[in-house]
Parts: sequence; C-alpha cells; structure tokens
Amino acid sequence: MALIHPSLIQAAQMLLVLLLAPGLTGLVRKVKARLLGRQGPSILQPYRELFRLFRKNPVLADNASWLFRVSPYLIFAFTWLATALVPTFCLGLPFGPWADLIAITALIGSARFFLALSALDAGTSFGGIGASREVMIASLAEPAMLLVVFTLALVAGSTELSAITAYLLSPSVGLRVSMALALASLLLIALAENSRLPIDNPATHLELTMVHEAMVLEYSGRHLALLELAASLKLLLYFSLIGTIFLPWRLAAPGSSILSYLFGSFLYLSKLVVAGTTLGVFEITLAKMRLFRVPDFLGAALMLGLLATLLRFVSGSL
Amino acid sequence: MTLDIALCCSAALLLTSLASFPLRTFSGRNGVIYGATALFSLLSFACGLGELLFPSAEPPAMILPAGLPWIGAHFRMDALSALFLAIIGWGGISSSLFAIGYSRHESASDRILPFFPLFLAGMSWVVLADDAYVFLFAWELMSLASWALVVSHHREEANARAGHVYLTMAAVGAFALILAFGLLATTSGSYAFSVIRETALSPLTTSVVLALVTIGAGSKAGLFPLHAWLPLAHPAAPSHVSALMSGVMTKVAVYGFVRVIFDLLRPAAWEGSFLILFLGGITAVLGVLYALMQHDLKRLLAYHTVENIGIIFIGLGLSLAFAANRIPWAAALSLTASLFHVVNHSLFKSLLFFGSGAVLASTGERDMGKMGGLIHRMPGTTVAFLVGCVAISALPPLNGFASEWLTFQAILVSPNLPQWALKFLIVAVGALLALSAALAAACFVKAFGMSFLGRPRSASAAEAKEVGAPSLAAMFANALFCLLAGIFPGQMVNALGPVVKEFAGQALPQQSVPFWAPMVPIAQTRSSYDALLLFVLIAITALGAAGLVRSIGFRPIRRSAAWDCGYPDASPATQYTTASFAQPIRRVYASSIFGAREKVEMPPPGDPAPARIAVKIHDPAWEGLYVPIAKAVLFLAGKLNPMQFLTIRRYLLLVFLLLIFLLALLSIWL
Repeated sequence: MALIHPSLIQAAQMLLVLLLAPGLTGLVRKVKARLLGRQGPSILQPYRELFRLFRKNPVLADNASWLFRVSPYLIFAFTWLATALVPTFCLGLPFGPWADLIAITALIGSARFFLALSALDAGTSFGGIGASREVMIASLAEPAMLLVVFTLALVAGSTELSAITAYLLSPSVGLRVSMALALASLLLIALAENSRLPIDNPATHLELTMVHEAMVLEYSGRHLALLELAASLKLLLYFSLIGTIFLPWRLAAPGSSILSYLFGSFLYLSKLVVAGTTLGVFEITLAKMRLFRVPDFLGAALMLGLLATLLRFVSGSL
Repeated sequence: MTLDIALCCSAALLLTSLASFPLRTFSGRNGVIYGATALFSLLSFACGLGELLFPSAEPPAMILPAGLPWIGAHFRMDALSALFLAIIGWGGISSSLFAIGYSRHESASDRILPFFPLFLAGMSWVVLADDAYVFLFAWELMSLASWALVVSHHREEANARAGHVYLTMAAVGAFALILAFGLLATTSGSYAFSVIRETALSPLTTSVVLALVTIGAGSKAGLFPLHAWLPLAHPAAPSHVSALMSGVMTKVAVYGFVRVIFDLLRPAAWEGSFLILFLGGITAVLGVLYALMQHDLKRLLAYHTVENIGIIFIGLGLSLAFAANRIPWAAALSLTASLFHVVNHSLFKSLLFFGSGAVLASTGERDMGKMGGLIHRMPGTTVAFLVGCVAISALPPLNGFASEWLTFQAILVSPNLPQWALKFLIVAVGALLALSAALAAACFVKAFGMSFLGRPRSASAAEAKEVGAPSLAAMFANALFCLLAGIFPGQMVNALGPVVKEFAGQALPQQSVPFWAPMVPIAQTRSSYDALLLFVLIAITALGAAGLVRSIGFRPIRRSAAWDCGYPDASPATQYTTASFAQPIRRVYASSIFGAREKVEMPPPGDPAPARIAVKIHDPAWEGLYVPIAKAVLFLAGKLNPMQFLTIRRYLLLVFLLLIFLLALLSIWL
C-alpha cells in the first residue's frame, strides 16, 4: 500500500471539515425539529442557504466601513485554519507544529475580536448589545479554555494536539480525575463558545436575547454566508476537539494505509453524528438562561478548569 | 566604541535640551529640536542594537571624571543595557517623529521642548550607569524631566493633581531605591556595581533590598498597588510624552528591577519570587479591569500599561523561582518571555498612545463617548491603531501573542518546582494571566470600537481630519515592527539570547533555523509555534476565500440604511457607549472588586422627566491604601503643628533631650 503524502492528508482534512460543517449544523437542527414533532428542513438545507447567500447582493449599512467587509474573510480564515489544526481522522498533520492548542484558542479569539468589532461598525444599538455580551462571555470562556489546555498539557507534557492525542492513546494513561474535570469544563465552554443553549439561542431573533445573532444582524449576502460557515466550522472544531482528546481511538497514525484512513474518517463521521444528536437532544431539554446567570455557568467551567490544573500541579497521578 | 557613541548621544541630547532656550523665539524650533532628538536617538538606537546583535568580547566600560569626587562616574554597556538602550532609542525616534506632526497643535511648546530630550538622556543614563550614584542621579533626572512634562499644561486642575501625585510617588520610589543601594553599598563598601556584584549578602539584607527595589522600581513601573500615579500622569502629558512614559519609562523601571535583582543581588531563596509572582498576577488582572471601566482613551491605555507590567513581572517572578531552584533552562524561558514582552509592549503601547494623540489632535477629545466613526475620517490612524489593538490583545499572529505564549509555556513547566506554595500560586497566576488576556481583548474591542467604529457621537468627531505624514509614519513604523516581531518570534528570542544567558546562566536554544521553522522553546514534542507560516496561511486563506467567492458569482454591493431590526434612522445617541459596553463585564467582575454600584432613577409612569443611571466605582488601591496613609499623615501633621510655636527655651530643651537620647543609643550600640 502506497504511503500518502502528509500534505495531501492536510488538504483532505481541510476540505473535509469545510464540507462537513454545514451538514453538522443541519443535523442538529433536524434533530431538534424532529424532537419538537416537526418534520424540519433537510440536513442539506444549510448548504442550500449558503449557496443562495453567496449568490445574493450584499446590502451594506450606510455607515459600514472597509472593516465590515474585510472581517468576514478574516473570521473565516482564522476559524477554518483553527479547525484544520485539530486532528479529525488522523494524527501527524503537517500544520500541527505551527500552532499548538494555546494558539488554536487564540486563533478563535482573533476571529471573535474581529466579529465583535464588525458588530460595532454599523453604529446600531443591536450590534453593541451583541458585541458587549459576547466579550463578557468570552472573558470567562477563554480563560476556562486555557485552563483546560493547561490540564491537558500537564497530563501529556505537551501543548501540541497531536502529541496530546498520541499520549492519551498510550496505555499508561488510564482514568484520571483531572481529565474528567477538564471534560466537564470543556463541554460547558463548547456550549458558550458556539452560542448554543442555554447561553444563547442560535435560532432566536428576539432582539433582547440575541448575542451571536445580534452581532451578525447587519450582514447579508456573501459576507453572511462566510460568517455562517465560520460558525458551523467552530461547532465542528469543538466536536473534533472533544472527540480527538476524549475519544482518541482509531485515529490513523502517520504513514498508515488508506484503509485505516478510511476507517478513521468513518469513525470521525460517527462521532460527529453522535455529538450532533446529543447536542440537539440537550438543547431541546433546556431553556435559555438569563444573561446575568451566564457568569455562574461559565464560572463553574472556570473553576472546574482551575481545579483540574491544580490537581495536575499537586499530583502527577490524578 | 558603542558606549562612547551612546554617551556622546546622551550628551548631545542634553545640549539639544539647552538649545531650546535660545531657539525660543524661532518659529521652526519644534522641527529643529525634535529632528535633533530623533537623530541622536537613532544613533543611540544603533549603538544599542549593534552591541546586542554583535557584542564586543568584553562589555565596554568607562569611568568619567564626574559625579562623586575621587569615585568618578562608571558606565558600562552589557547586553541588558544594550537591549534597553535600543528600546529607549527607538522610543525616542518614533515619538520625536510623531511630535514633528503633532506639535503644531501644541500650545505649551516652551514647557515641553527643554524637557523632552532631557527625559531621553536621563533614561539612557539609567541603563548605562555602572555605579549606584550615577544610577540614582539618572533615575531622578528621568523622574523630574517626566514630571515637568506631565505638568506642562499645569493650568488644568487634573494635570496639576496628576503632577502632585506623581511627584509624591516618585519621591517614595526614589527613597526606597536610595535605601536599597545604601544597604548594598554599605555591605560591599563601594558604589560601583562591579564590587556590589561580587559581594555576598546576608539573607536578611537580601530580602530587605528585594522588597525595597520592588517598591522603588515597582512604583515607577506601575505595579499594583503602587500604580496609582500612573493612570493620572501618563494621560496628562502630551501624547508623544505619554507614549514615552508608558512605552519606555516603565521599561526603564523594569530594567532597574532586573539590574538590581538579577545582576547585583541574585537572591538564592525562592520567597522573593513568591512576592513578585503574587504582585504580578494581581497587577495583570486589576490593571485590565481598571482599564475596562475607563471612558478616557488615554487613561484606558495607561491602565493597560499596568496590566502589561503585571505580565512582565510574572515572567520575572517565574525566572527568579526557577533560578532559586537551579532549573536554568526554565529560568531562561521565563526571562526570555518577560524581556520579549518588554520589547513588544514598548512597541504597541507607543503606537496606541500615538493613535490616541492623533485622535486628540484632530477631534480635541479624549472621551471615547464623544468619538465614533473615525475609521471614515482618519483611515491611516485607524489601520495603525487596529494593528496595535490586535497586538496588545495577544492575538496571533502579532507580537503580543508570541510573548504571552512563551509566558504560558514557562507556567506549564512549573510543576517541576519543589515548593508547594509556589505551585499553588503559579496555578492561580496562570489563571489570572489567562483571564487578563481575555479581558484585554474585551478592553480593546471597546477602545477601538467606541473610538473608530460606529457613527460619530459629537460634531468634533464628525469633522475629524487625518493627522500629518510624520505622525502617520511614526505610527506605521511601530505597527510594522509589531508585525515583524510577531511573525519572527524565533529571531526575537535569538536576539534576546545574550541578555538571557547573562542572567539565567543559559539561553534558549537557537530558534527558527531556517527562518520559517517554528519557534521551539523547549522541545519539538512539547510545544512549537510558527507565526510566519500561520500568517502566510491566514493571508492566503482570506485572500483565496475572497477570490473564490467573487468567482462563483459576484454581485455588486448595495448600500442602504442600517437594518437594526427595523428601527430606521435612529440617532447616533442610541449606539452603545463605553459605559454600556462595559456594563456586563462590570457587573460580573467589578461589583465585588471595585464595589461598583448602579443607581437607577426611574420617574413614575407619565412623568416626562428623564430616567438616570449613575454608576459608582470604588478604587481599592486609593481607598484601601492611599487614603488611610494620607489621613494618618494629616493627623500627625496636625498633632505636630504646636511644635512650630514653642519658645526658644523649649526648643533648646528638645535639642538637649535628643542629644542625650542619641548618646544613650550610641552607648548601648557600642
């Protein structure tokens, strides 16, 4: 069996995440609709929406500046790149050594920075609402994420995702308290970062409850399409991250056969389906939280992350 | 050779300062003075950089027949001095360049021109000094020159108060430093650093000196709770001076700390690092939280300097902890991170203060609540300011992230430390650092968004004009350096190598060979970061996406009124303001730390009176530390007041009693 060149794998992974991301969003929507007793749109609906948005005239607010037009491309680039760095179906991605988990977190932070800025650009009150709430949520979610990263780095002795995954695959790991705490924290963060219930409702257009939707309110056409795509990619990124760290089995090692790559992809797809369905079921059982309850929710994530890091500092075996 | 040129440059700066007096009536004096300052700063920058990159076999040293009689003034330029000389030089070049454009709007040039070159000369002497006397003299020169610049517009009451507080704090800091050097010099019997360096000190003296230097250098740098003067004084000065004070003078304070602690003192115990780490962590988070509560752009930037000083001191504290436990590679990593952040902060903080100065010059406003929409009126300033905001928010691929990434890597190796107290503290400091990074991004979304984006909130903002070419050039030069330092972090780490080797015993391994290879501080399997390729990939992806989107079916853009959920033509007053933007964060963090309380006055239904909301924020440093001290001083002064009105006999009696007391003390002592 011929070896596959690493850069080909990287390209395949980048295309794969781009193609799967809207489908994942569609899946979550479908699950939610079915549980509500509706037929719901097809899983392919997000693709159709994107295609339609790309072909529409963008309408810009009178006051929108160049930043408003440039940001969607930057946000998309940051998010796509971050997603491309997380191992999905195989290890040893050639981009891996370029950015470790801290840098991936920061890349998502860069995307958020530009999104919050472009929300303020049109000079409307809803943009301000969205941006100010988003930075408040991020000010808790990002440190919590970094603490989870610290825990993983201290467990595996590396901040690099491939190395962390490879370490977690080794038989010496076993069950650890700190990893359980980190997983709990990461799940809470993933909900907040992706504007999911109970932090933010992705389906809402009720003005006073919007966070992410308020930020993209003025966007239309291809710019909106890019932002929607970036949002889907970010959801996929968190699913891949949780999958690759906490369910790292059967990721194809570098230099393995095509068959194991195919098997890895199949396993990745099933992970996504399970995760998407779980998210749908989870969201359907919850109501949105009041905004000022969010700090309690994310404070819990922060404390879990801190506890996990502390345990790692205190003892090598916890 | 480099030292000679550097000293000549500082002497030339002194002459430039004197030359401003005869030129007082000359209309082109701004250009002449700032031009000369830029030229001498350039030379001094070249000396520092040259000595850092191509070091002499032995650090150049010199004794000049000045200063104390028979002792002379010692000067020396090792790698650390060279690095900071380069930082001062670059600050001098860019702020002079900025001032050439900016000073057209300046009404008090006569009170600025003499002190500006003097300030730079003072800072250069601090970093070149090789004995305690020259060091303290230069330190005081730096303080006084900057004080004079702070009160250049002294008729404004806020500035006069800022000057008063600054002078008091500078005196306290200098007092602590003089005591510290007094202890060092009495133990070793000499003022010269070369002698002090070789002298072994008792553990008690070491800890006292460490505490005193932390107070002395920390108050100048802005370490919590000694930062109180900084957010008052930095904004009060003209913007190019604010840039120098925030970007460069706080770094000279860091230099003072590193010189005394890492070079002269070299504490063997770990307890000192505990203090520094603790203060650094607290400073980082409180600095950014203070900054988030501000409405004044320059004050926000000044508080943000406090945050960055916290990050720098976290790195220094880690380095001390590792050095005390004989883990040189980790000490080298933390010191590299800290010094890298020193360079980065001097670049982007100068840039941001220039930006705020440009805004101030064209709108006359420092209050962000009266700005808005400047992106349309001042495109160049906007781009440069945006680069500074991204860099300071520690976002890749710019330079702020590179140094914070290194600091995080240093935190992650600290489970190797044997002391439990340090382990627990470092976890907390790591969390605080993560928190401050996230809050910094929030803070700069606010700063940039409120000032440059949205619609103008005042007439002056609506009619703002772009600043002149020299000012823009100064901003873009700093922005370019932020980008370069960000995408070539490995090269920056290599350049810092000689400094780190001097104090940590070893430097980090040679990074980024070839130049596109990732930065690997410890080992490839542990962590690596390749900013250059990341930057290229982001650029390719963003441009590629733009090209692809255009090729699938390009539709022209249509302009229309903002949608805003269907509320058309809302007034610009409906936009979020600085206070409303910070409200969620204020409720989460500041209600406990700053005791922030909102008071809402809502008129009853039917009453057309306006509703009001007032926010009261308490400053823990002022109310917990300074106000009680001030009260105690006033109380004592009141009690001692009768001493001024005694008769001559009573005064003689007091003198006599004092004499007896001193004699008794001596008899016990001997």
